[in-house]
Amino acid sequence: MSKQSELCTLTIASAKEKLLKGEITSVELTEAHLKQMDAQKHLNAFITPTPELALQQAKESDKRYQKNEAKLLDGMPIGVKDLFCTKDTRTTAGSHILENFVPPYESGVTSKLWSNGALMVGKTNMDEFAMGSANITSYFGSVKNPWRKKGSNTPENLVPGGSSGGSAAAVAGNMCLASLGSDTGGSIRQPAAFCGLVGLLPTYGRCSRYGMVAFASSLDQAGPLTKTVEDAALLFQGIAGFDPKDSTSADVPLPNFQKALTGNIKGMRIGIPKEYRLDGMPQRIEKLWQEGIDWLKDAGAEIVDVSLPHTKYALPCYYIIAPAEASSNLARYDGVRFGHRAEGKTLNEMYAKTRGEGFGREVKRRILIGTYVLSSGYYDAYYVKALRIRKLIRDDFMKVYEKVDALLTPSTPNPAFEIGQKMDDPLSMYLNDAFTVTVNLAGLPGLSIPAGFTDDELPLGLQIIGKPFDEGTILNIGSVIEKSSGFLEKARLIRGN
Amino acid sequence: MKLVEGKTGSWEVVIGLEVHAQIISNTKLFSGAPTGFGAEPNAQVSFVDAAFPGMLPVLNRVCVEQAVRTGLGLNAEINLTSVFERKNYFYQDLPAGYQISQYLHPIVGKGQLKIELADGETKMIGITRLHLEQDAGKSLHDQHPNRTYIDLNRAGVALMEIVSEPDIRSPEEAGAYVRKLRSIMRYIGSCDGNMEQGNLRCDVNISVRRPGAELGTRCEIKNVNSVRFVMQSIDYEVQRQIEVIESGGSIAQETRLFDPTLGTTRTMRTKEDAHDYRYFPDPDLLPLRLTEDFVAQQKAKLPELPDQKKERFVKQYNLPSYDADFLTAERELANFYEEAAKDVDGKLAANWVMGDFSAAMNKSGGLDKVQVTAKSLNALVKLIGNGTISGRMAKDVFIDMLETGKDPESIVNEKGMVQVSDTASIEKLIDDVLVQNQDKVAEYRSGKDKLFGFFVGQTMKASQGKANPQLLNELLLKKLQ
Amino acid sequence: MTITRETVKKVAHLARIEIKDDEETQFADELNKIVAWIEQLNEVNTSNVEPLDHAVSYSLRMREDSPESNNHASDILKNAQETVLDFFSVPKVVE
Repeated sequence: MSKQSELCTLTIASAKEKLLKGEITSVELTEAHLKQMDAQKHLNAFITPTPELALQQAKESDKRYQKNEAKLLDGMPIGVKDLFCTKDTRTTAGSHILENFVPPYESGVTSKLWSNGALMVGKTNMDEFAMGSANITSYFGSVKNPWRKKGSNTPENLVPGGSSGGSAAAVAGNMCLASLGSDTGGSIRQPAAFCGLVGLLPTYGRCSRYGMVAFASSLDQAGPLTKTVEDAALLFQGIAGFDPKDSTSADVPLPNFQKALTGNIKGMRIGIPKEYRLDGMPQRIEKLWQEGIDWLKDAGAEIVDVSLPHTKYALPCYYIIAPAEASSNLARYDGVRFGHRAEGKTLNEMYAKTRGEGFGREVKRRILIGTYVLSSGYYDAYYVKALRIRKLIRDDFMKVYEKVDALLTPSTPNPAFEIGQKMDDPLSMYLNDAFTVTVNLAGLPGLSIPAGFTDDELPLGLQIIGKPFDEGTILNIGSVIEKSSGFLEKARLIRGN
Repeated sequence: MKLVEGKTGSWEVVIGLEVHAQIISNTKLFSGAPTGFGAEPNAQVSFVDAAFPGMLPVLNRVCVEQAVRTGLGLNAEINLTSVFERKNYFYQDLPAGYQISQYLHPIVGKGQLKIELADGETKMIGITRLHLEQDAGKSLHDQHPNRTYIDLNRAGVALMEIVSEPDIRSPEEAGAYVRKLRSIMRYIGSCDGNMEQGNLRCDVNISVRRPGAELGTRCEIKNVNSVRFVMQSIDYEVQRQIEVIESGGSIAQETRLFDPTLGTTRTMRTKEDAHDYRYFPDPDLLPLRLTEDFVAQQKAKLPELPDQKKERFVKQYNLPSYDADFLTAERELANFYEEAAKDVDGKLAANWVMGDFSAAMNKSGGLDKVQVTAKSLNALVKLIGNGTISGRMAKDVFIDMLETGKDPESIVNEKGMVQVSDTASIEKLIDDVLVQNQDKVAEYRSGKDKLFGFFVGQTMKASQGKANPQLLNELLLKKLQ
Repeated sequence: MTITRETVKKVAHLARIEIKDDEETQFADELNKIVAWIEQLNEVNTSNVEPLDHAVSYSLRMREDSPESNNHASDILKNAQETVLDFFSVPKVVE
């Protein structure tokens, strides 16, 4: 293995070890990843690469290693979803309307990242305003999944999932050790599943939303996309915690998540919700789910069949609440104080043209839906109705948590599909999130863990859903599946690295 | 009930007021930007106020405390749970495209306010609610022929919107309501009530009906910014509505603007172009839950309010209701009075504060601009009370005090203005006057009583104004018998 | 058809988004499908269910009333397309 590919296939944990021993430097590690970014440019994982910044941060990191002052994530090259405002580095949210926006401030989670020593290799591509499940709505072009179907001799042509598709492709394509994503209805977990990565949606309120471009404020959370569970625990540790600048941030103690990875789940009760068995779901996914159940059973966990009766309503409920909040959150893009502006003879004409030009089709569609469900005469019938269903969905979970410690489900109802599929019908695209939106609606933590492959060797994920602020438990269960499934070894064989 | 006579009979006027009061706080409702008046454009704007991507609101504790105290001052229910909602509309001075306000669950519920009317009567006006909301920025339309300029310094400043029941029946009642509300807020320190700076603005809802009939269609006059304009706009709008109805038309529900130079109102927006505000709970904020303790603490911080103070003044200082009202309208004047009335006749002190002192205050533009302190006014009243100087002399002393800022004792001493109160000296003066005016004495004795004043004046003049007037009267009466 | 081209036009105006005539029909079709789909929520009886707008149970925090130290005036204006004398500027609004 070349030094280049050796460095790029490290994990946060293994890189940290080598850095601490002085076997490698952060500059070497960073240069290797920047080189890989260049080599994988065609995947379109980054909107704005930041090589100078990365190297400068790497040099500082190396000084800290020399002085034995290395921090939690010191010298780790990270990709940052272009939804997080980064001071003096352009932040676009994948949209034309923010194409030239340079924030004069730093987001809460990235501030934490930098103070923990991490460095940024670039801003990753994403669905426009995080609205999408395939990373095909970005103004900066679609992102391609580094995975290819077995025997495929065409260039990469699968979607990486979305909306954090660039973040997933960047890690799966070894362009950074890990990345930051955001998850409103599955935007971390679904691309993680499509790209063979670990993706964590933290409990709502665990990570600061300050400086994160809002999609749906009551659902948005930042979280890590990593190669391993241990890395997820490390990166999550480095971004989580109370932020007084976010009124929805939870002022609760932050446990040590690495210590939670004991691998011991003996006696733990794991619920299997029957409603996640969808008609027409590929058999391979059914089978993977059963394998997951068996691995956990073998590790000493008790499997409990449970019911979450309102599951099927989560998706329509989500497609009322999220667009409603988005329609209001995106009203600030009016061309006056920042972002794209079109000329107009009157104020209203300027607004309508600016927003008509600045937003892409999916964003417009969701703003229109959101505006409609909040408008006079429909508010109670749609919006308030959805909030009541949301209560039932959360109650379902809370009731089940009286009996079990966590739940196991598939992450997605299907593996990565080809770019161009599911594009005509927004509804079939929305179904990608069927298993993940429930978790956002209930404000719970969810972990997608790569666990197996389709017959044509595309990765598949299982999802573990936890109790509020109990990320430690789902990470620990994830570590058991990671080990039992042998996914990492198989993936290495398949991808030849 | 006050009725307005039209051509076809009497009309009852129904008025409800929405008052927007800027809360006194160092920083804005949801951001740490300062609130001071008169800064350079866009110099007091945080990224939150300008609604930059990813910026989030965090609630200011002092604004909540001010709203709760104001609610308590209006004898209103404090809602322990309230919810901030977004009011969505596009406007150049509204950066986020929504205003954070309270809608279904305001922080303060029903209350009431007592107003005093000119005829000495009082009336209770119901308060529907008080809620917290953000102010908008300022637009300048007159700087450029085809551009509007925007200054966001004001955007996000905390407002209380106080909504009255439609209990008001005349322009006078409306004026009394606004003045009383302002007085209460100024006592509490929650709003400075400065209407010129726009820190207190009124939306006036007006309709007319035949006495006892169903409510008529109302019009709303937006952003009226003085008590006088509130009253003028009502006068105009009532006449307009009556004329429309009496000439066979009907009132269209609409929003109108008051033009202070013409004294008229005109259509701003009809019901058809009313906004669809799409209120919904702000997902960046959680429900605000207050404890009973929090409310109790705010209650403990309340000062004595105008109504209580008035009642106490009537009892403690033996004041007529009118005087007590006058003296308690402003907290500063009430405090001034109390110091001036210390250990002296309360009514006499009241006369001085309401008379000469108030005149001086109006002339110089404020209590703190008058050179006379409460302590020195108190000393002056004492000098009158113990007979050192007469009321007449006191007027001259007061003028001196105003000009020099000296205390009355030194003025009296310097000018030798001590009142003559010994019987022998005054009798001597009277005797001289009577000798010099024997013809008038004769006339008086033959029944011309009016001449008594002449003798008083002559004697006072002879004493250079220093004779004790009461004693002089007594002695003169005796001598003339 | 609950959503007509008229509805799309009205909603697009509320949202201040310019939509071309040919897009109106397309949006109307798509929105109709979505609305028909979300109407399955009506199967659920929610008469005794409180609306849940946030999944968290904690209350709103309040901050102290102390001013931010830094003045952002130049930062506030620097991303704007049009400013004049430290004002933001837009097409003239007639009141």
